[in-house]
Amino acid sequence: MASNLVKKYFREDHLPHIWCPGCGHGVLMKDVAQAVENLGLDKDKVVLVSGIGCSSRAAGYMDFNTMHTTHGRALAFATGIKMARPELEVICIMGDGDASAIGGNHLIHAARRNIGITAIVFNNDIYGMTGGQYSPTTPYGEKGTTAPYGNIDRPFDIPKVAEAAGATYTARGSAYDAVRTTKLIEEGIRHKGFSVIECASICPTYYGRKNKKGSAVDMFRWQKENSVSVEKAKTMTPEELEGKLVIGELSRSEFPELTEQYQKIIDKVQIK
Amino acid sequence: MSKMEIRLAGTGGQGLITGTIILAEAGIFENKFVAQSQSYGPEARGGMCKGEVIVSDEKIGFTKVTRPTFVMALSQQSFNQYCKDLAEDCFVLVDETIEVPEDYDHKNFMKLPILATAREKVGKMQTVNIVSVGAINEILKFSSYENIKKAVLMHVPKGTEELNLKALEEGAKLAK
Amino acid sequence: MKNVKLMQGNQACVEGALAAGCRFYAGYPITPSTEIAEGCAARLPQVGGRFIQMEDEIASCAAAIGASAAGVKAMTATSGPGFSLKQENLGYACLTEIPFVLVDVQRAGPSTGLPTSPSQGDVMQARWGTHGDHPVIALSPSTVEECYTLCVRAFNLSEKYRTPVIFLMDEIVGHLRESIQIPEEGSLEIVNRTMPKDLNAPAYECEPGSLIPSFAPFGHGQRYNVTGLIHAKDGFPTNSTEIAHNQVKRLMAKIDENLDDILSWEEKDTEDADVLLVCYGGTARSAYSAMEDLQKEGIKVGLFRPITIWPFPAKRLEELSRKVKKVVVAEHNNGQILLEVERVVKNNCKIDFIGKVNGTVITPDEIANVVKEG
Repeated sequence: MASNLVKKYFREDHLPHIWCPGCGHGVLMKDVAQAVENLGLDKDKVVLVSGIGCSSRAAGYMDFNTMHTTHGRALAFATGIKMARPELEVICIMGDGDASAIGGNHLIHAARRNIGITAIVFNNDIYGMTGGQYSPTTPYGEKGTTAPYGNIDRPFDIPKVAEAAGATYTARGSAYDAVRTTKLIEEGIRHKGFSVIECASICPTYYGRKNKKGSAVDMFRWQKENSVSVEKAKTMTPEELEGKLVIGELSRSEFPELTEQYQKIIDKVQIK
Repeated sequence: MSKMEIRLAGTGGQGLITGTIILAEAGIFENKFVAQSQSYGPEARGGMCKGEVIVSDEKIGFTKVTRPTFVMALSQQSFNQYCKDLAEDCFVLVDETIEVPEDYDHKNFMKLPILATAREKVGKMQTVNIVSVGAINEILKFSSYENIKKAVLMHVPKGTEELNLKALEEGAKLAK
Repeated sequence: MKNVKLMQGNQACVEGALAAGCRFYAGYPITPSTEIAEGCAARLPQVGGRFIQMEDEIASCAAAIGASAAGVKAMTATSGPGFSLKQENLGYACLTEIPFVLVDVQRAGPSTGLPTSPSQGDVMQARWGTHGDHPVIALSPSTVEECYTLCVRAFNLSEKYRTPVIFLMDEIVGHLRESIQIPEEGSLEIVNRTMPKDLNAPAYECEPGSLIPSFAPFGHGQRYNVTGLIHAKDGFPTNSTEIAHNQVKRLMAKIDENLDDILSWEEKDTEDADVLLVCYGGTARSAYSAMEDLQKEGIKVGLFRPITIWPFPAKRLEELSRKVKKVVVAEHNNGQILLEVERVVKNNCKIDFIGKVNGTVITPDEIANVVKEG
């Protein structure tokens, strides 16, 4: 099954990927492919846009129209693509620093506009490509090469930020929970407005080693043991939820999608 | 007329920029070359405001007014700044409310109740620029009445056409 | 005179872009270019195009490039501070060979500078603003009519050479209103990108004898990869030193080996001139008037006006500089094109310079005085 998926959605001549052994990104990339397969999308009409960082390399491996852009700017490029050709299915894969630090402004404004783009954030809580610096999602007190004495910044909750900014679908999946994460991505793509799916990844090489999290297997086990479904989380106190990974659809709301609204303007003012 | 360099100065909100645009538009109807420019920035939002237009029989090189042939000032500040050290043949038009110093000796000079005409005769202060255009065209005679009318109608808000044509007429009457 | 209109330079740029087939604009408000955004917001949906105001200048540039990659001719406009911010993705478009037009209505800098005052201080930034070696085409209009016609050419060159083109306007022409004759529909040459004959061929493969790959927009079945990393013909990143060398060399060569097609300039009374003025953009307007005044006094003065600022029309200037006693460069900066003129003219003749950086316009008298200084 997996090999058929690889044949259909991956550029086999550009594999193996460059990610470290044990990295969670490979699983997440497969989830994206599986979601597209489940939805039966036409590969020619799918545009995959990425920024810069470990996550961004996914674009090169996947057999869609792919655009590996500049650091943080994936959503800005994607906005141009979607505005110009709304019929294309535009998916962005970004990292945590990519999406919420240098690209934070683009994230909140894409959310505010409710443009029909699916934003998938591979969140490994660290800048991996540059060697392990702390990111906007590195947990408080944890270490990175630029936080040798522990991180004193509060981390972002990316789906919450996106929801507050106007994203009409937000969810969280994880590298461990592939089945559920695939469904969440699928739902995000199907959703008409701007959707954000944060996918908890793992970085055994930098985040894991810096913070003594053990092997990749240990880190996956952590995800397994600390994941809580949205439904279950509703019954828990904030103290009980401390340090847990809440998985599932986090929010959903209604607002007209941007390119559809613009089409109405064209229909109204176009000089025939 | 071979080349006219016109400068309209006053207070932001008097619509003088639009005034220079209307003059430029009329100039085109008269088959002239025109170049219009204006002051920009915070000063264009309520402070002193300046619009310029060059109307010429020949192609226009430098587009800013350097040797004005006509200056209008509708505020004291703009009079103080722009109505001195002008060439003898430059025509200076100011509103009657402007205090002109006794030693001001520019000969080619006219005072008209432009602001009062807009306020009282036309009944709307916002038409002061069109009153001005009417007076200027009458003084300079660079456009037929038909063409200046056409130019005015291109640049006034819908629904105010009648009012502005009245303003144009009253302005012309002032300078007759 | 038919279809003659009073138009502002910025507005003429918008109309030129539409005539060239531009159907997408992304921008961020900044003086003195804002009228271009306003014009596009009003006009694009009227012709079935799309406008978006982005959250910042960086995003505007990115969105324009994205739209172009999706097959829609695109433009963004800005001024000095925004031009600095756009450099990041300008470089991306150079390397990925995605055409679009970047308008910079120059204002006085550095930094926020004098927001509504004229300047030509971005000339060198237009050449070297984005990091790394990269090709550049930059055009500079001197009249409102040129804001229209040259904007069409900017799009044509961009599509033809698959490279971003910088439309280097300035406040003088951007905010100037004058009459323009709108070219009749169909009278202008419009260049559109060419689709590859074989959608299975590598996306960046050039036909024999050509330095420019054809271009299938996203969604047309080629499913290739675009990256700002040095990449092979198939569009995928590589660390090959040979490919890196060839790629950068080809990007430069597609401009350098087509100078005859790309370069344009205006010459006025250069045949028997003793003094040659070198001016471009809005400054040329001061030069025209200075020439009139000087010629009335019997002084033989000519004008060389680069229209393509980059690449610079070096060869012709060099020829002319051999025939005159001196060259006078006037520009609204501290001597940027002057450097290029000095490089080209060398010791052929004397070079005098007028540079203004105080936000006011160089007057014809100022030019005339320097010409007469001997």
